[in-house]
Amino acid sequence: MSAVQSTPETREGWDGTETVSPSARARKRLSSPGASTAAIIIAVLWTLPTFGLFLSSFRPEEEIKNNGWWNWFTDPQLTLENYREVLFGSRTELSTYVINSVAITVPSVVIPVSLALLAAYAFAWMKFPFRDTLFVAVFALQIVPIQIALVPLLQIFVDVGLNGTFWPLWIAHSTFALPLAVYLLHNFMRDIPVELIEAARVDGAGHVKIFGTIMLPLIMPAIAAFCVFQFLWVWNDLLVALTFAGSTSDVAPLTARIAELVGTRGTEWHLLSAGAFVAMIIPVLVFLTLQRFFVRGLLAGSVKG
Amino acid sequence: MATVTYDKATRIYPGQDAPAVDNLDLTVEDGEFLVLVGPSGCGKSTSLRMLAGLEEVDTGAIRIGDRDVTHIPPKDRDIAMVFQNYALYPHMTVAANMGFALKIAGTPKAEIQRRVMEAAKLLDLVEYLDRKPKALSGGQRQRVAMGRAIVREPQVFLMDEPLSNLDAKLRVSTRTQIASLQRRLGITTVYVTHDQIEAMTMGDRVCVLKDGVLQQVNTPLALYDKPANVFVAGFIGSPAMNIATFDIVDGKAQLGEASVPVPTSVLSAVSAEDSSTLTIGFRPESLVPASSDNGGGGIPVTVDLVEELGADAYVYGHPTGPAAAEQVERMRSEAVIARVEPRMAPNKGDKVVFAVREGESHFFSAKTGERIEP
Repeated sequence: MSAVQSTPETREGWDGTETVSPSARARKRLSSPGASTAAIIIAVLWTLPTFGLFLSSFRPEEEIKNNGWWNWFTDPQLTLENYREVLFGSRTELSTYVINSVAITVPSVVIPVSLALLAAYAFAWMKFPFRDTLFVAVFALQIVPIQIALVPLLQIFVDVGLNGTFWPLWIAHSTFALPLAVYLLHNFMRDIPVELIEAARVDGAGHVKIFGTIMLPLIMPAIAAFCVFQFLWVWNDLLVALTFAGSTSDVAPLTARIAELVGTRGTEWHLLSAGAFVAMIIPVLVFLTLQRFFVRGLLAGSVKG
Repeated sequence: MATVTYDKATRIYPGQDAPAVDNLDLTVEDGEFLVLVGPSGCGKSTSLRMLAGLEEVDTGAIRIGDRDVTHIPPKDRDIAMVFQNYALYPHMTVAANMGFALKIAGTPKAEIQRRVMEAAKLLDLVEYLDRKPKALSGGQRQRVAMGRAIVREPQVFLMDEPLSNLDAKLRVSTRTQIASLQRRLGITTVYVTHDQIEAMTMGDRVCVLKDGVLQQVNTPLALYDKPANVFVAGFIGSPAMNIATFDIVDGKAQLGEASVPVPTSVLSAVSAEDSSTLTIGFRPESLVPASSDNGGGGIPVTVDLVEELGADAYVYGHPTGPAAAEQVERMRSEAVIARVEPRMAPNKGDKVVFAVREGESHFFSAKTGERIEP
């Protein structure tokens, strides 16, 4: 990943010093021709099916149904018809479901991360009675399997009349994400040197200022990482979506719709391949956007020793 | 600018019986540079953190000026602190680091800029203002930490071993810079160190702590000349004072073959507390080689090591003679250390008899460890 900055130790040896650290030796071995060849072969094998799917999605319907994607090399025909059909065609209309997915996923990431940040800060840096007990309790909630909670939750949502809206999905995803989010972000916040917090306190900052100006910038990598995971989880989720939204309702996400494509129209490979790519492209974009926050050595120069 | 008063301030860490700081009574004058010194775990850092508000005060009070700050949060105390590991905000530039407190206080931007620039000039940091801390050397980071305190223009500076992460040479030069800077700014400063040389060279007054209890507060020279008890005597001074417990025999202090004259006023003080032993300390420079035939007086020593420092030479030796084992047992220091003329230094293995220069012995009660003034 190009955005990952090299740490000072990885630069060792480049500026004339003859230090051979274990990591440098490992790097040298890993960049040997043999290792590179092996890596390339693995990468190709790994990517090949996806590439095939990608190619298929651009092939005309007849071609897909009659032969495999590798025939494209002998008979190159490309069309955007599949995408047009799958996104805007009257039978599938995936574009609506793309918007649904975005509408479900963004709040389902933002809500738990915001709440977890506040909770994690309190657990990490504020003193209040039963803090440790509460913290253990929060994390213990993690052991409740999602499957057990689904039906009771659905009953509650139906009782309060939320069914058929996005709210059940937002609330369910947030609830299921919170324990892990609190735990992870708490651990990252505890890793910030205590002297930094104390320095800020002496400098006149209260908890809100410390949270906003010291804590948030410094745990940005952790926030970004958790956002990516939560985004992927919610975006690819089918179980929660099917339970609370069904597969055809106005609030159903892309995954539910594509699963239905497989079920009822198992022969429509051209739509399936294009649909799969539509579902894939957004998480990839999100990952590429957020990965620049994965910066190592953010704390460098803060405290010594 | 203000005075700082500890009024029977005590801190007991949760789950511990012994207080980390025990009934500390201490007043720091306006504009004074006070150094808290002591071995690790003596409560010096805790005392400082209590003043900063980072540590609770269990009983007693702390006042800055006339204001009781015992239960006021750190942000409202108008203090600035320099941490041992600097604690710079890693994601901010040097200028932002230094101006952080002012920004929080809502100072106008132009004013922040002016004061940051002023401090940067004072500390020779102008060209680094746009850098992040990780692009600075250790010494520069230390100066940024100082600068962050200076721009505040607080009532009190608190410094928690700010030099301990610098290399030896930089430490010496920064030591004098900080001391002169403090005198120029005239801001009351409380400085914590475990290094008695730092304490002696920087402080207007030095406060020696041990196990959370105040041992003595005075000017560096007064501590050196008149240590209040055995602990202060052994702690202040480098190389350390020679200290041993002697028996009183015939109006003289006797330990094996070593013998030291004792003034009558001290003798009567010892007999007043119904004791027959006396702790005597003498500094390395108080020892002079004696001719071995001066009537049995003096301290016979076998030389283990000679440290030649150019201007001085220090002889490290162990007591010699038939009662050597007992003597070693009753010594509080590891070796007998004496300063000698470098051109006339004895060789390793030589036997030398030292005598204590008259009037330069320190006498302490063997029972309480308190100083007995002759």
